[in-house]
Amino acid sequence: MQGLLLGSALLSVCIVLMIGLFTFLQSRLAWQSIGPAAMLTGTAWRPGSGRFGLLPMIAGSVLATLGSVAIGVPLAIGCALFAAEVAPAPIRALVRPAVQLLGGIPSVVYGLFGMVVIVPLIRRIPAPGNSGYGLLAASIVLAVMILPTITSIAEDVIRAVPREYKEGSLALGATEWQTIVGVTLPAARSGIVAATILGIGRALGETMAMTMVIGNSVIVPAPLTQNPLSIYLSPARTLTGNIAVEISYATGLHESALFATGVTLFVMIMVVNSSAHFLLRSKSR
Amino acid sequence: MRQPALSWTPSTRLRASRVLRQGLAFLLLWTAAAATVGALLAVVAFVGVRAVRVLSIDLLLTPPAGGLSGEGGISTTIVTTLYLVALTVGIATPLGVGAAIYLTEYAGQMDARRKPALLLLSIARFGVETLAGVPSIVFGLFGYALFVSALHFGFSLLSASLAGACLILPVIIRATEEALRAVPQAYREGSLALGATQWQTVSGVVLPSALPGIVTSVILSVGRVVGETAVFYVTLGGSSGLPRSLLSPGRTLALHLYSLAMDTRAFDKAMGTGAVLVLVIILLNAAIGLLSRHMLRTRG
Repeated sequence: MQGLLLGSALLSVCIVLMIGLFTFLQSRLAWQSIGPAAMLTGTAWRPGSGRFGLLPMIAGSVLATLGSVAIGVPLAIGCALFAAEVAPAPIRALVRPAVQLLGGIPSVVYGLFGMVVIVPLIRRIPAPGNSGYGLLAASIVLAVMILPTITSIAEDVIRAVPREYKEGSLALGATEWQTIVGVTLPAARSGIVAATILGIGRALGETMAMTMVIGNSVIVPAPLTQNPLSIYLSPARTLTGNIAVEISYATGLHESALFATGVTLFVMIMVVNSSAHFLLRSKSR
Repeated sequence: MRQPALSWTPSTRLRASRVLRQGLAFLLLWTAAAATVGALLAVVAFVGVRAVRVLSIDLLLTPPAGGLSGEGGISTTIVTTLYLVALTVGIATPLGVGAAIYLTEYAGQMDARRKPALLLLSIARFGVETLAGVPSIVFGLFGYALFVSALHFGFSLLSASLAGACLILPVIIRATEEALRAVPQAYREGSLALGATQWQTVSGVVLPSALPGIVTSVILSVGRVVGETAVFYVTLGGSSGLPRSLLSPGRTLALHLYSLAMDTRAFDKAMGTGAVLVLVIILLNAAIGLLSRHMLRTRG
């Protein structure tokens, strides 16, 4: 019996290692024949004429993620504080399952909601070339998708702040809000940052919902009007979307370049997630 | 906060402003929570209302007509989803639970002199932690290159379920490990002290008390497979007929929604499909809720 269990452990570890190794090996051709610098900074992605620049997709992924953080994080932290510190018990019993369910809804459903509700709303913003599909729609959809991840972790972290800290502050005459700002939030800070970073990781990795609302054009996003914020009305493509849209017909160097896209994504998320783990661990010590 | 009787002194004014500020801040927090719950209600209600126009027994029982019209129902996609869930979870559960049992109950209980076991343990931990954060499209990429092209399984149930199993394996290993570690050490010691072997202890004492946690992790993975699109988009092919064998392509509910929305603009049909998906997720969540309540009661 122990042998069988050892076997499944070994097999699982092999699968885990194989996925990383395989992806890296398949991307080697692209890194070698195009060059890492040309790939990461190239602004043109034209597989037909052998141009494989990833900058438009990197910019798309990063901008959509930043937008979702700007919208989602304040909401998520507010919601976590509300559920952990402020909400009366019966309302808390309503908010928690709602957040949980929000996290369980399949991403294509959010994508569809974005296409049918959010994109037509954004199309009403007067700007030349604004089709509604673009970074703003992507950011809003992503914000709703990362909200549950951040809220549930942040709520746990806020709850884990020792009671004595809060009681000490309240006993000194501080109001509940002063206690939250002066004691609870600083004590939970690294955990909340870690929750945000995990949310960023989730946002970078989202695929199908992004292809549904972001427009998928391979261009480095640029502002549509004088207002620099109108960059968010520009269509774009994410790293994840680049893989999903093209993999089924790619061959040779093109296929390898898509694996290189995967590796770029993998490394970005590894960096993001390991900084979150580092923060959570240094917090628990 | 109990306040002393109000008399207008500088310190009361300070206190009043503090109370006012708290009121404003709490109002913001209430708004944040209301916005979140509101977003959920908006999505669910919108999908529900639009779906009502098309949802019927007919929709559930007729196959999609195929092509770009978006005509027809969703019957074959429901069946394909069930096939895929059964295959994926069937492959990943024994492997993941077995691995987790070995890692916590055998490798985890060994003393520090057993170097290979401990090395395996730390590699596995690192790998599982890393994979849990990897976006699903990377699993799709891997599954496409290995199963679809290199091993010549083509776009098929087999390729998709193998790729899907890789996706949920870390989820199952992590959750099972957690469930096993939550079993008090005293249970194991009691069983071993009565002369039971390690395996008798694991199968007779540890597994039964960890079972609800393990079942929860399996239900979570079912939800993950039902909602997953990216992996299956690049491994399952997407043809709308009923798969005849492990090597035939297919289309899940989530893929059907995606292709309706992207290729046909039959948005109401897509909403109907989405409503079915959301309903499945709600039911799975309810099952997990029941299980964890059951766990709380028995642990009491």
